Order: sequence, then C-alpha cells, then structure tokens
Amino acid sequence: MRYLILLIISLFASHANSIEWEDKQLFEGAIGSQTISVISSTDTAIFAPIITSFLTINPELNINYYVASSADVYEEFQRNPQDYDVVISSAMDLQLKLVNDGFSARIEGISYPDWAQWRESLFGFTMEPASIVINKKAFETLKVPRSRQEMIRVLRTNPELFRGKIGSYDVRQSGLGYLFATQDARASETYWRLMEIMGSLETRLYCCSGSMIEDLSNNTISIAYNVLGSYAQARTDIADKIEIILPSDFPNTMMRTAMVSKHSLSIRSSASFLRFLTSSEWTKAEGDSYHLPPLQAASQNEQRSAIALEPGLMIFLDKLKRKTFIKEWENALIQ
Amino acid sequence: MSTSDVNVYGSLRNRLVMTLIGGVAMLTLLSYFVIRNYAAHIAVQSQDSILRASVTSILDAAALRDGSVEIDIPYAAFSMLGTTTDDRVFYVIYQDDLVLSGYEDLSLPKDRSVTETAYRSTIYRDVAVRQVSASRTLIGADQRTIITASIAQTQDSLDDALDEISENIAIYGIGFFCLAVLLSIWVSSATIAPLKRLADSVARRGPQDLSPVAKPVPTEMVPLVSSLNHFMERLERSLKQSEEFIAEAAHRVRTPIATVRSHAEMTLQRVDKEENRQALRSMIRAIDETSRAAGQLLDHAMISFRADQHDYVSIDLVEITEDIVMRLRPVAEMKDVTIQLNTDAEVILLGDSILIQNAVRNLIDNALKYSPSDSVITIEVRKQPVTFIAVQDQGPGFQTHEMASLTDRFTRGENASGTIGSGLGLTIVRDVAKAHDGAVELSNNPSGGACVTLSF
Repeated sequence: MRYLILLIISLFASHANSIEWEDKQLFEGAIGSQTISVISSTDTAIFAPIITSFLTINPELNINYYVASSADVYEEFQRNPQDYDVVISSAMDLQLKLVNDGFSARIEGISYPDWAQWRESLFGFTMEPASIVINKKAFETLKVPRSRQEMIRVLRTNPELFRGKIGSYDVRQSGLGYLFATQDARASETYWRLMEIMGSLETRLYCCSGSMIEDLSNNTISIAYNVLGSYAQARTDIADKIEIILPSDFPNTMMRTAMVSKHSLSIRSSASFLRFLTSSEWTKAEGDSYHLPPLQAASQNEQRSAIALEPGLMIFLDKLKRKTFIKEWENALIQ
Repeated sequence: MSTSDVNVYGSLRNRLVMTLIGGVAMLTLLSYFVIRNYAAHIAVQSQDSILRASVTSILDAAALRDGSVEIDIPYAAFSMLGTTTDDRVFYVIYQDDLVLSGYEDLSLPKDRSVTETAYRSTIYRDVAVRQVSASRTLIGADQRTIITASIAQTQDSLDDALDEISENIAIYGIGFFCLAVLLSIWVSSATIAPLKRLADSVARRGPQDLSPVAKPVPTEMVPLVSSLNHFMERLERSLKQSEEFIAEAAHRVRTPIATVRSHAEMTLQRVDKEENRQALRSMIRAIDETSRAAGQLLDHAMISFRADQHDYVSIDLVEITEDIVMRLRPVAEMKDVTIQLNTDAEVILLGDSILIQNAVRNLIDNALKYSPSDSVITIEVRKQPVTFIAVQDQGPGFQTHEMASLTDRFTRGENASGTIGSGLGLTIVRDVAKAHDGAVELSNNPSGGACVTLSF
C-alpha cells in the first residue's frame, strides 16, 4: 500500500513536473456536455474570441484550453498524445513532424491549398508575417527601415543609438524564433550579416513575442526583429507607440497550424473544431475583440510568402543540422 | 436426308470463336499483369532515384571538423521528397554503428555493402516504406569514419499512381478485348463461309445435277470437295449404267420373247394334232407370262430408278387414264368387260408422267385380269377431296388377311392362281405412290369386287 501511494505520488509528481502550463482555462458551451482538450501555443487572450464563437455555434461542447510554449506543446503532446484532442502551434516544423511521426488523424473533405495543409492532417489557419517592430520615438530623427538591408544600414550608421536596444528571439528557446531564423537563413545571406551587426550591438534575446513587445512599449528596446506582427497588433493599448514593418525584401509568413490527435476519443467534435478554424467563420465574430489574421483573408502576395507545409521543414529539426545552425547563430550573435 | 438425321457434334464456328476469345482473354490478362508490374517497377525506380538523390545530398553535406562529424543537411534533401499525397519521410544517420541523428529505430538492411546503395521495401512503424541507404567514408587527419544515411518514405503517392495506371490499363484491356471478340467472330464467319457456300450450292442442285463442284475452294477443303466430286462421278456413272441396263434389258428380253411367241403361234397354226396344239398353247401361255413378268420387272426397275430422279412436270391424270383405257379396250372387249370412266374434266398433278402411266396401267391391267367375263370395271378420277384414281372391278376381291402384304414384291393373292401375273403390279403402284408422297388403298366392295385407290 505504501508503495502504491508512493507510486501515485511519484506519477503525479512526474506529470506535474513534465509541463508548466502558461495558462489553463475551461470554456463552457451553453449546454456543454462533451469536452475537447486543446493544447496550444497561442495565448488564451488572443485565442479566446475564436473559442467563444465556436461554442456559440456548438453549444453542446466545452473546450479545455491549455497553453504552453511551442516546444513544450510538442514535448507534452508527444508524451501524452491520448490526453489531447486538438494540437495548435505556431511551430510549423514541430507540428509537421508530429504528423509525419503518425500522431494525427486524417480529416477528409477540407478543400485547402496544397501549401497550407499536409496529409489532410495538418492545416494552417492563420497568416502571420514576421515583422520588424520599432518604437516610433526612437526613430523620430531616423529613416524608418523598410527592409533588412535598410535595417543593417541604420544599425551600422548609428551603433551608439542601438547598442543594447535591439531585441530578437533566442532561437535556442523559441521554436517560432528558430523557424523564422532558419527560413531567413534559407532565403538570404543578408540574415547572417544582420545577425553579425546585431551581435556586435549586444542584442537582447527573448523567449517570446509578448515580452519583446512589452519591452518595446516601455522603451527598453527600440527595435525588435522577427516579431509576430499579429501579437503587436493585438496590443491596441500601445498602437500609437510602435510601428509594424513587413520587410519588403523577403517576407516570411508563419501559419498557425492545427491537427486532431489520432488518439482522440472525440474525433468528430475535434474535427468540427478544426473545420471551424479552417473555414473563415471565426473571423465573423462580433465585437472589436482582436482576431488572428485568417488564412482565408490573406492576399496573393502574403500567400506566396507563406512558409509551405512540406517535409523540408523537418530538416532544421535534425540534431546535427540544429547543432550546426545554433553554433553559427551563436557565433554571429553572441560575441 | 434432313439435317435432323445428321449426327451433330459441336460447331466449328463456335469452337473457333471460343478458342480465339479464350486466347485473347488470356493475352489481355497477361498483358494487364505484365504492364502493371512494369509500371510498378518504373514507379518504384523513380521513387528510388529521388530517395537516392536525397541520401547523396545528406552524405555530401557531411564533413569532419576538428575530429567531429558535422552534417549541414541541405533543405532540398527533404523538400525534394514532397509528393502529391504528402508521403511521410523517415531518416537516420549513423556514424559507424552509432546513431548520429534521425529516427533511431529505423534499422538498416543487414547484408549491406558499404560501397553500394541499398534499396529495400520494408515495414516501419506499421506502414510500408521504401528505404534507400548509402554510406560514405570520411577521412580526417588521423581518423577514418563511415557515415551512413538512410531515408525511408511511405508509398501513398506510388500506390495512387499505380491505381490510376491499373485503372487505365484495365480500361484499355477491356476495349482491346471487346475489339478482339468482334474480330474473332468476324474471322470465324469468314473462315466458315466457303464451307457454307459449298453446302448451299450442293443443296441447291437439281436432282440430276451430278456435275463436279467447279467453284474455287480453299486448300483445306480440297480433300472434301475432291471426295465429293469423285463420289458424284461414281454415282452418275452407276446411274447411267442402270439406265442403260434397263433400256438394254428391255430391248434384249422383249424382242426375243416376242419372236418366240410369234414362232409358237405360227407353229400352232400348222400343227393339227390336238395334244401338240395343247402343248403349244401352254407354251404360248408361259411365254406370255414370262413376257409380262419381264416387262413388269423392267418397269419396276425403271420405276425405282426414276423415283429417285424427281423429274416432275405438271400432268393431267384424266388424259393419261383415258389414253390407257383406250389402249386396253381391245383386251377388255375380248373378255367382254366394259370399262366405265367417271372423271372430272381435268385433274392436274405434279409428277413423273412415265411413272403415273405405269401405275395406272397396272391398276387397270390387274382389274382386267381378275374381272370375270361380262362385268364392269369402274374407274374414277377426281381431284376432290384429294387427287385420286380408283379402279373397281367385279372380280373375287381381296382376301382380308392378305391386304397388308399384297403390295410386297412378288406376292400374289391366293385366288390369283388362275391368272397370269408376276406379283409386281401392286408393288409398282405402291412405289409410284411413294415417289409422289401418295398412298395406295386396297378395299373390297360390299357388293363384291376389289377396289384399289391411288391417291396423291
């Protein structure tokens, strides 16, 4: 008996230790009887309106919404795939790997462009470009950079103004930061030159877009590179302090992706949630509450810049590749 | 002879059609599997070559740096593996026997040579995958190490392509088969046609046409046609011989008998002694009997011969009867027999006039023979209800128990012993009736006397 108790305690402990939730919230439908567990890397505040409008249409459902970093979402779901019905993450590569490794259920009958879905299992439903976000005040006398090239020029000509005032993702911590960095590196050598400049100017590294934008609004930093513009836009309170710039040379647009777990016990309800996300229905919700930019509303140009869902994404998840990339990144940025 | 009498075993045409269709069906099935296999082979080959390219690009990216292996896998290594059905990709990279990166549980083929690229189809994580593995030796300052990369990919897209190809081949195969069936039916008909033409031309021939088949026939039919020609030639010769024999016999037999009779009669005139005259009269009587028998035998032979010829023309039975009655009237008058003729104006029938004449003469002849003196023979020729001729005498009539056998060859009635006869008269009548699809009916009049009815 003692052993059993010990075992239970240790199990609890290990489970509790395994993940630290950023947030956990239960959304109840009007006559909710069945509960779908959604594990997500998207902040509750941003995702709540979508869930609410889904529950208005499907009042018989409840949604248990768990939030963690994209890396944690990946780890946790891989460990306990039977505990979650729907997985939503901004780390496209990790999501694609989950599907590749056979964790997902096929949801048929969703007509979707090829680059925005994989194996009829993983569906992109938002279009969120990587942006340069600046503090307007810091650029009062300077020309606002419209591209990476211009950003390099501004930093080079005004090193003293920007020393310690640049923010970017710590790609070692942030899945999304790593994804943006690798896609940037794929696209152009400019990225490495920018990293070297940023490294020489003692760039601050952040785990998440939220804290970076926070620091930007309170003048801790003047310029943030590769931030999610959508997160910056969500902060209407600081809208007049910042400016969101989509780099004109090569934009990278991330899709938030969703999939249904193969082990889900309520695949039908989960699939209907997924269908809701891939339709443009959730954008019609009333009120001025903020929504993520839906994929359906994206322009041709934005669609072209999207990081496609293809097996190539898994390359950067390779241990050796990652090691090589991080080393190079560290060499450039941490001097 | 009608076809129902022929012993039929199968049909050449059907056998030909079935053989051709069977052959085509087998060929179609065979080609389906051969092409499908070939397509599968090509599809697998193209997947193999992409996988090999991917493996090669990974191996090429491997480098020894400060004694440790670095592999900067190019993005293209995986993005080139994109397929329309988004096939899953698994990979593993080994340094010697240690897993460097990738899916650790993806095993390498065991009997693999380091210098060669290995291809295999296997099961990984419960799905069928195609796996390509290759190695490369890295040589450092004081180090040699073998890097092995292996990539496995699911085959959904391949299966899809194969299904599509199979479907297409099947459609073509069915079309090809249908065409071949039509073709084989046509070929069979064309092949059988000369045989059918020959049969038709033989069947269409007139009864006397025994000329050889002159139309050209295919080589395979030469033995049949030459046998047929040979057979017909023999038949014609034998028929001609019989005809000649009958004519010759009639001439050779009748003339000497007539000569003998006239000699006997002349002798009778000159002989006075009663017993010699008696002997001569018996002789003349025997000669008559012989002459008559010979005549009837020849008639019978001629009838048998002619009956097979079917040389029919339209004839008037009344005219024939009147003709014969006129010729026999002197004989009748000698016996004081009156011949009474009751006929329709004209009774036309299709037949052999010589045969009909023979039959009618025999009928009246018989009636005359058995008629007592001073009696009447009534002859009726009518076309209603059927065409018939009935000859009725006032003689002794038939014995009831003999009626069935009287028309047999050489059978004479019990009460005919006093009369000259060969026993062939009624046989001739019956044969003529048979040749014309008619019938002979024997009956006795209630008032006495025999009645023979020949109906057509």
